[in-house]
Amino acid sequence: MASGADKQTPSEYVSHHLEHLSVGEGFYTVHVDTLFFTWLCGLLFLGVFWTAARRATADVPGKFQAFIELVVEFVDDSVKEGFHGPRGFIAPLALTIFMLVLFWNLLDIIPVDLIPIFAHDVLHLEYMRIVPSADVNATFSLSLTVFVLIIIYSFKGKGAKGYLQEWLFHPFGKFPLLVPFNILLNFVELLAKPLSLALRLFGNLYAAELIFMLIALLPFYLNWIPGSIWAVYHILVIPLQAFIFMTLTVVYLNLAYEKH
Amino acid sequence: MDPNISLFGQMITFLIFVFVVMKFVWPPLMEAVEERRKKIADGLAAAERGQQDLAKAESRVEELITDARGQAAEILDQARARANEIIAEGKAEGQRERDRQLLAARAEIEQETNSAREELRNQVSAVALAGAEKILKREIDATSHEALLADMAQQI
Repeated sequence: MASGADKQTPSEYVSHHLEHLSVGEGFYTVHVDTLFFTWLCGLLFLGVFWTAARRATADVPGKFQAFIELVVEFVDDSVKEGFHGPRGFIAPLALTIFMLVLFWNLLDIIPVDLIPIFAHDVLHLEYMRIVPSADVNATFSLSLTVFVLIIIYSFKGKGAKGYLQEWLFHPFGKFPLLVPFNILLNFVELLAKPLSLALRLFGNLYAAELIFMLIALLPFYLNWIPGSIWAVYHILVIPLQAFIFMTLTVVYLNLAYEKH
Repeated sequence: MDPNISLFGQMITFLIFVFVVMKFVWPPLMEAVEERRKKIADGLAAAERGQQDLAKAESRVEELITDARGQAAEILDQARARANEIIAEGKAEGQRERDRQLLAARAEIEQETNSAREELRNQVSAVALAGAEKILKREIDATSHEALLADMAQQI
């Protein structure tokens, strides 16, 4: 318990750490911390990539530019493999998702107490959760956007008639009795996509954050052992989750766009 | 898990980011990457062409060297033949010169010999005349017997 709140019980410590800095009540609550760190990550990402984009030339690239181009080409290749259609929108979308989720997840590596203590002692903010991807509002904001895009791309790729036919006759067949089952299954399938996207990311990061908190409850001379082990493992999870989110988005959009 | 209005704030934020990336970040980066890719491809093609040119030039050089070697050998042969010719000419010339000088020397010797003989003859005839004069001091007159004396000198 490095937070200095020595009088807290472990459960008080954890639940305090799981409380968002928020304004408003009930449904109209706004998680200020999540929004702030989303903007921070987003602006950092945009700043870095915009700088590279402004400096981009076809000459020999500097190390910085080469690195940024590496990321961009990696995303572009992934999109090229996954999505067989015009990439003008999908590729920037995939890059944004990848980098944003990556930066969100990287915030989980910052020691759990560091920024909350700073917020508490210096800024006098009671609560502070810095990892947006451990907040369902952040993960669902991405996946619901993807959900809307899935519907838009279904119309774009198959046309209204084709999309309707898919709802009615897919996957079991054209027999009229099967139509309700088709609709039911398509409905479940459609809903499962944003749900699984958001909850996978949220679950991974929320659990990781929780485990960091539990590790922080250990005496200070012990917590670096499980802390470092968990952090190293988590370094694998961080880009993996970002990559999974991006790839599945591309795959879902391709499924929506392509005729079967 | 406490979904609330934050969700929409997050969505708007996300859409703004996507828009900025699509408008200002992605196109220039991809453009640069594509252009560089093309440049590299061109460079590789140029290198390939250069290598082909080099191979061509090398074979041409080889050809030229072979030609030059042949020509050099030819020139050398000609030069050798010419040298032999010159030597032969010189020899012939020398031979002729030697013959000519030999001839001249012989003629001179002959001449010398003849003149010496003449001289000797004259002297002998004079001596003989003097001898005969001494013997026939009185009876023989040089003038009256000149024809006889000349005849004697001729016979010597």
